[in-house]
Amino acid sequence: MAELLKIKREFEEFQKEYYYRNREADENREKENQAATQIQSWFRGCKVRAYLSHLHKKAIIIQKIWRGFTARARVRQMVKAAYFIMKMNFYEEMAVRIQRTWRGFFVRKYIHNFYARKKYMEGLVMKNELVRRELDQLEELQKRERDCLDMVKEHTAKVYQAHRLHHLLSTKQCPGVFNSPFRPAPHEMELLLRQVKYQAPTRLVSRGKACLLGIPSSTSSSFPATLGSPLIKTSRTYSSRPILPPIANKTQQGLYREAGEAWEQRLHCRELMLCLQTSYMHLEEAQNQLRQLEPVRLRCIY
Amino acid sequence: MSQRHVVQVFEQYQKARMQFVQTVADLANRPQNIELLQNAGVLSLLRPLMLDVVPSIQHTAALALGRLADNSEDLAEAVVKEDILPQLAHSLASQNRFYKKAAAFVLRAVAKHSPELSQAVVACRGVDALVLCLEEFDPGVKEAAAWALGNIARHNAALSQSVVDAGAVPLLVLSLLEPEMALKRIAASTLSDISKHTPELAQTVVDTGAIAHLAQMILSPDTKLKRQVFAALTQISKHSVSLAEMVIEAEIFPAAMSCLRDPDEYVKKNVVTLMREVVKHTPELAQVIVNCGGLEAVIDYLGNCHGNVRLPGIMMLGYVAAHSESLAMAVIVSKGVPQLALCLSEESEDHIKAATVWSVGQIGHHTPEHAKAVATANLLPKILELYMNARSSEDLQTKSKKALKSVLQKCTYLPSLEPLLYEAPSNILKHVVCQFSKVLPHDSKARRLFVTSGGLKKVQEIEAEPGSPLQEYINAINGCFPEEIVRYYSPGYSEALLERLDDYQPA
Repeated sequence: MAELLKIKREFEEFQKEYYYRNREADENREKENQAATQIQSWFRGCKVRAYLSHLHKKAIIIQKIWRGFTARARVRQMVKAAYFIMKMNFYEEMAVRIQRTWRGFFVRKYIHNFYARKKYMEGLVMKNELVRRELDQLEELQKRERDCLDMVKEHTAKVYQAHRLHHLLSTKQCPGVFNSPFRPAPHEMELLLRQVKYQAPTRLVSRGKACLLGIPSSTSSSFPATLGSPLIKTSRTYSSRPILPPIANKTQQGLYREAGEAWEQRLHCRELMLCLQTSYMHLEEAQNQLRQLEPVRLRCIY
Repeated sequence: MSQRHVVQVFEQYQKARMQFVQTVADLANRPQNIELLQNAGVLSLLRPLMLDVVPSIQHTAALALGRLADNSEDLAEAVVKEDILPQLAHSLASQNRFYKKAAAFVLRAVAKHSPELSQAVVACRGVDALVLCLEEFDPGVKEAAAWALGNIARHNAALSQSVVDAGAVPLLVLSLLEPEMALKRIAASTLSDISKHTPELAQTVVDTGAIAHLAQMILSPDTKLKRQVFAALTQISKHSVSLAEMVIEAEIFPAAMSCLRDPDEYVKKNVVTLMREVVKHTPELAQVIVNCGGLEAVIDYLGNCHGNVRLPGIMMLGYVAAHSESLAMAVIVSKGVPQLALCLSEESEDHIKAATVWSVGQIGHHTPEHAKAVATANLLPKILELYMNARSSEDLQTKSKKALKSVLQKCTYLPSLEPLLYEAPSNILKHVVCQFSKVLPHDSKARRLFVTSGGLKKVQEIEAEPGSPLQEYINAINGCFPEEIVRYYSPGYSEALLERLDDYQPA
């Protein structure tokens, strides 16, 4: 009986334990399952990871070698290209230098020379100054000549006046109009009157006038010396007849020309002289012609 | 006895005729008597006296007729209508020299009034008769004939052509060589009248070798001769390049400039007119004149004279500068621009001002250097003022506008452009602002000056339509400055600031 009890107790315990263990197993089943899954997955992961890393390493080696190969090829190519570009740059720079020098030379020589233009402008300024100075001098000279001429004319007019007013000369008895006793010295007109030589009013006066008017042309400079005109008294004795002007006077009267001039004109301007190469009687011939044509013309008009 | 009595009657009649003709000739000298003489029927009385037996009555009658026709155009027309001209032309061939002189005087007096009367003289074969007179020995007759031909040829080209066709030109050139001064003067004046109309006529005159003879007479002491000689050379050279070149080849130029100091005004004016006509054809001719110092002489001439005679000098400078920029620079270097500025301020007539403005435009439009020379002479505000002035003539306004535009397009001298910002109308303002927009981006000192002188402020105040070139230039200028400065100077900024003050809450 005890054994039966023990077996029963064991059977109950066994049942309890079976039940308990089942319960425990059931309770832990999930947990243990999960744990087992975790362990297995981790292990599988390790395996795969090891495999992958192995693969990676090999792939890296392959890629490393390949990349080195291509990179070296590329570098070689780049070096070639860089060398080529450096050469081209050098050539281009040299070409630019040549073209620059040539263009500068060509433009300066044939198209536009800056320094020549600058020199021209400076030269122009100097030339202008020169021209201005010369023109000033010329003007001055001409003015002096004109003034001289004016003075001579004035003096001649005064001499003529003196000639006409000769009767106003002062005598020993009676002082003239121009020689007033209140003056310290005689008037210039008085002095002129004393110098002028009296001429009788005959036909010779007109010749005298001609001589008078002929004077200014021959005395343009230093007129006081050459006023040895027939009207002014000189120290030497004079004849009663008026002195003719000197023959050295070049200006000719009227139409007469130098001996060779007409011939020269004929030689040089032959075509101009053609119209004068007409016959001696051409005027009469032309008149005859006109007279002959006259009745015809008159008939046409009327 | 009766014979003497009869002769006495005829002598009395002759004396009476002589006295009548002489008195009429003396009366005809005064213009106030002309009307009265015409009413008294003097023409019909003088006409038979011209056919008188006594030569002195004939030529005194012709002289009286000439004086009458000279003083009044109606009488000249009456002379033509009464058919006195054919009679005169016919008798020109046969009479003595006093009659020829008087007849030529009548023809001259008739021809001077109008082309129709000259045509009448030509139609009655007066030109042929006058050319016959030119072959005479007496210089008085030649002078009268040449003067009459000159009066005929003066009016138009057809009449000049008829004078040339009658063969007058070689004879006129021969008369130039005669010693008498009056004849030379008249011959030169007639040649100038003939050659002024067309190039062909000028060529005919040149073909007879006139230029060489005229060139010899340049330095003669007689003033009126010099006037006529230079006038003749001017008329010849104005037509074409080849004629001008022929005139230059006669080597008148360095010598002619001495005549620019002559005391007579018209000689100087004619010399400068000659230079102008020569210079206007080609740059080479202009170069010849510049090289012998012509610019200096002309600028001195402009300084010494006043009024209308300045016009050829001003135009000459303009023509020289128009050809090329080196010639324009030559004008600037010879101090032409200050002289032109003086002319502009001193002269009051519009046409002279227009010519001055045109010349200035020709000088300044080549490069920035030239424009700077024009701008530094302070000419731009003056020209602007002439353009804006309502009293200037149309011509002056157009020329000022063109000159301003052409100079402004090259002007980079900013201090002179600034006054224009304030006064210019919008079409000129466009160019001024354009120039600013070109220069300001590159020059920092100029930008500073622009701001401090108030230019930036003025530019902001300009109203322009968006999209117009003016607005683009304004934007370009604004782009050269920082935004704060632009906003500071924009109009209404102070009001905007004050509005911000209204909204501001102090913390």
